[in-house]
Amino acid sequence: MTANTAQAPAKRKRSGKDLRNNLTAYSFIAPNFIGFCVFTLVPMIFAIALAFCNWDGVHPIEFTGVQNFVDLLGDATFKTAFVNTIIYSLGTVPLTLVCSLGLAMLLNQKIRCRNFFRTVAFFPYVASLVAVAAVWNMIFSPSMGPVNMILSALGVENLPRWAAGKDTAMITVILFSVWKNMGYYMVIYLAGLQGINPDLEEAASLDGASRWEIFWHVVLPQLRPTTFFVTITLTIASFKVYDQMYMITQGGPGNATITLVYDIYNVAFVNTPKYGYASAISMVLFVLVLLITVLQFRGSSSEE
Amino acid sequence: MKQKSSSIKAGHTAAMAVIYVILILITALMLIPFLWMLSASLKMNKDVFTFPIQWIPDSPRWRNYVDIWTKIPLLTFVKNSAKLTVIVTLLQLFTSSFAAYAFAKMEFRGKKVLFLGYIATIAVPWQAYMVPQFMMMRSWNLNNTHLAIICLQAFSAFGVFLMKQFYEGVPSELCAAARIDGLSEYGIWMRIMLPLSKPALSTLTIFTFVATWNDFLGPLIYLTRNELKTIQIGLRMFISQYSAEYGLIMAASVIALIPVLVVFLALQKYFVQGVASTGLKG
Repeated sequence: MTANTAQAPAKRKRSGKDLRNNLTAYSFIAPNFIGFCVFTLVPMIFAIALAFCNWDGVHPIEFTGVQNFVDLLGDATFKTAFVNTIIYSLGTVPLTLVCSLGLAMLLNQKIRCRNFFRTVAFFPYVASLVAVAAVWNMIFSPSMGPVNMILSALGVENLPRWAAGKDTAMITVILFSVWKNMGYYMVIYLAGLQGINPDLEEAASLDGASRWEIFWHVVLPQLRPTTFFVTITLTIASFKVYDQMYMITQGGPGNATITLVYDIYNVAFVNTPKYGYASAISMVLFVLVLLITVLQFRGSSSEE
Repeated sequence: MKQKSSSIKAGHTAAMAVIYVILILITALMLIPFLWMLSASLKMNKDVFTFPIQWIPDSPRWRNYVDIWTKIPLLTFVKNSAKLTVIVTLLQLFTSSFAAYAFAKMEFRGKKVLFLGYIATIAVPWQAYMVPQFMMMRSWNLNNTHLAIICLQAFSAFGVFLMKQFYEGVPSELCAAARIDGLSEYGIWMRIMLPLSKPALSTLTIFTFVATWNDFLGPLIYLTRNELKTIQIGLRMFISQYSAEYGLIMAASVIALIPVLVVFLALQKYFVQGVASTGLKG
């Protein structure tokens, strides 16, 4: 599909006007592209190379082949981080998807104060993570927080320890993420809902379909591109998770909520830096993201 | 847009009532943490956790909002964040819309390849290459400078993609007509495209502003000197140093939220439209 349009300008005579056109176009692109190349593309390529080396940032870089990856296999922290990242992803992606879609359906109705509701739902997404994590920590504080106070007033005995409990820490972070991010995906769904054909709903409802049937058989199929986009974005975002753990659980208790990026950060920037090893973990992250993207592309195109 | 006509009025009213109840519950869930933050920011530390919750303190402790500025160099942090956010947002808006214009409305050699280069990197998480990026910046002595943060935030592939999607929806005839009238490409971008792209520019502004103002990992890695730190790092530092100063922590948190709230409220009327027209929905 690229061939037709790419060859067209090549075949054209390279008149002075054409050259000037090209130069003008390049001048438009240059400010962004140069910055993008230097600060994104080059480090990306560097990252791949570094994954096969040892480097502490002081001594010369030393090529070690696949040694880093071999070491990863025996690295318990890495394994925990890997599994935790998958668990976090499996927890947040479906939950956020369902919540944001539900919210979008509700807020797509003609209701009073619609903009107010939309703004409120979206606000946690733009709010500073440090600030909302601080509140979240206080509200869910096991000993003094209002949530456990209410639970205990309701007669619950074994009060959950939330971020401080080994079993509940991950759930706490997942709930936090859903709460914080669903507003964003709601907006994307709202945008998707603007593009669907109202006549189909009208026709289905004249045929006596229930609201639920209309949603399931008429609205949802039309939202498929949006759902596809939301799933991919959510999955990629869930693999990148780090700062939420850093602020709510510090990766703990133990390593209960350490993630891949958390591990990368620790390996590269805490104690003796091991940049090569950190890059190897980054490659795992990268391949994971790539794999998910390809799988979901496949899945969505075979459904068509 | 939807909904059956007036045939089943009663059922409809009941359904609407249910919708309102659900919405109010969700809104409460979304808002309560912020209200609690605001309430706690006006309390003494010992009163923050009293139960049942006292939403409006008897004697609001406004002092918290005075003390926080002297307890940590908050003004420096706010200034640093403001400087970075404004510069990054302006650069991002300019370079993205500028490049997007060429991708959407001009023919030139290598267009497909260059654009593919952008798209291919959108899915790559920054965290996958942050380590070599840091090494590179450090070798140029850019660690512990604001310039480093600007460089790594201001040239995103995402911005170009977003603006290009929007520009493609603008009829090419407009540009063709302007060319015949003798406007240069730069003139077309400036006089025709920019004024038309308010929704897309607003959307990109919200995203960039929010991302830069709230960025944590970037400044955490690059900025280790106190006088360079941003509000997020400063706030986090304060939280770990004075973890029991609940009132002050909440006051500082409120301050950290205000700029984003202002920008968001100012631009939100364009926001859904912007997301819809920029093809962000996929």
